[in-house]
Amino acid sequence: MTDAVQSKSISSVSKKKSKLEKMLTNKSLWRGVVALIGAIIFWEVCSQSKVWFGVEIPWIGKVPPPTEVIAAWQKILHYTGYWESWYLSTGRVFAGFTIAMIIGIPFGLLLAVNRYFRDVFFPPFEILRPIPPLAWVPASIIFWPTTEMSIAFVTFLGAFFTIVINVLGGARSIDVQYLRAAQSMGANQWDLFWKVILPGTLPSIWTGAAVGMGITWEVVLASEMISGGGQQGGGGLGFFIWSSYMGGTVAQVIVGMISIGIAGYLSSSFIRYLGVITMPWRRLF
Amino acid sequence: MQQSDIKNKNNSADISSAEKSTENSASLELRNVCRGFGDEWSREEVISDFSLSINPGELTVLVGPSGCGKTTLVNMLAGFDKPDTGQVLLNEKLITGPGMDRMVVFQETALMPWLTAYQNVVFGPKIRNDLPGRELKKKADYLFEKVGLVEFKDKYPIQLSGGMQRRAELARAMINDPLVMIMDEPFRGLDAMSRELMQEFFVRLFEENRRTNIFVTSEIDEAIFLADRLIVLSNRPTSVRKIIDIKLPRPRELNVLSSTEAYKYKRDAMELLHEEALKNFKRSTPKADS
Repeated sequence: MTDAVQSKSISSVSKKKSKLEKMLTNKSLWRGVVALIGAIIFWEVCSQSKVWFGVEIPWIGKVPPPTEVIAAWQKILHYTGYWESWYLSTGRVFAGFTIAMIIGIPFGLLLAVNRYFRDVFFPPFEILRPIPPLAWVPASIIFWPTTEMSIAFVTFLGAFFTIVINVLGGARSIDVQYLRAAQSMGANQWDLFWKVILPGTLPSIWTGAAVGMGITWEVVLASEMISGGGQQGGGGLGFFIWSSYMGGTVAQVIVGMISIGIAGYLSSSFIRYLGVITMPWRRLF
Repeated sequence: MQQSDIKNKNNSADISSAEKSTENSASLELRNVCRGFGDEWSREEVISDFSLSINPGELTVLVGPSGCGKTTLVNMLAGFDKPDTGQVLLNEKLITGPGMDRMVVFQETALMPWLTAYQNVVFGPKIRNDLPGRELKKKADYLFEKVGLVEFKDKYPIQLSGGMQRRAELARAMINDPLVMIMDEPFRGLDAMSRELMQEFFVRLFEENRRTNIFVTSEIDEAIFLADRLIVLSNRPTSVRKIIDIKLPRPRELNVLSSTEAYKYKRDAMELLHEEALKNFKRSTPKADS
């Protein structure tokens, strides 16, 4: 009891600090910043002085230095095609991802709770799952009427299998005691599903979503490169990288790569944020 | 003479108070129950031809060597599991599945981590929708006060200490007004101090309304402190080794354990348990023994 009271007073003290102050005194934040700056300096130095002690630096020596990349970036910022690419790729990722969530979560839950459903749908699912999403690209270009739809389909597949497997695993590993406790308090199958299995699976749903989101970005970019980015302006970040490469501007390729890194980071932060909102009990770990 | 008179009076008082609440109490009976696990060729009978009747309004404690099938018994009483042959009866009626007339408090906490303590406690009435909102709140508040968790109502289980979790779980069971409470080593995993506190708390709770209670434990002190009747179980296949009526006065405080009577009970039970444990030991190391 006293422990709890103490921890309560401690947390109320720490709440008095403003959020900004908290962020600025956060040691892990500073470590991150230092690491990032360190990496950039290392990159700059390595790619500027291509030869060290008579030995050529194998990889970084061939990469344009950060200063050059930033210059290229500054130029591109005024180019609407670049921003359209951001917009297009993000749209594709979220379209595929959202559809994968909408279909994948109920599908995984059904696999977990219904034996008949599992008997029928699990074997074909398991046969299709090992096929890499990119192997679907040619087939889906033939199958779907527009490039946009085939990209969306391949993106969907990328997230779908991961989400389903995570949901299935999560739902199957719910502690039987929760189900028993609920049952003995008079819960029927419907209650068990909505009040126990679904909230119990939420952590796995968000794990699946975070992994699925990563895969979705990979798939979108690759399929943009393969398909030529569709007819719309910009063509997506994947196409942006590809066309920069074809045009021979390596600095611009790296701008595209970093853009993808940032986009991926933002999307997974978004997923984590959703996880925190929907699982308040997890914030306390 | 005088002393025995007083004792009788005490006993009769106990009985009358027990009778008062028999309408919300119940008897349980296991009749020739058998339960085994495994396939035909590697089958092990955990429980064979087990009979025991549990009196209404009594706190019946089951003790036995570990792995003797206590949890299997609990699962059958709760209705999570069915006997292969034989019957489990509640007030002479066959138990066919889990029901809210029998509430189980599990070994490890079974509070749902995604609900706050309050939401956990009102879970049962909420899904059954059998109590109007205001009454439910009143009842829940009463129980929270009773288990001393009023300030922790809106905390999630992970924010509660082991003892608090156990008390919240007791409240969650009690709000359903069960006829029988089934406790399966509920204080296991608590440190010695909070374990003692929980035992004292629990015994007070029981003495208040004398609801039929089955309490499984492997701690002999805990068993004697709580029990009206102590059932010493044998090794597998489980049978009743001995029934010891614990006639320590109620209401009980922990220091009752240092009385000579309690010591005698303890010695008797320990002797039996030791024999049973030894059998198990011999069985698992046959060569060294012969």
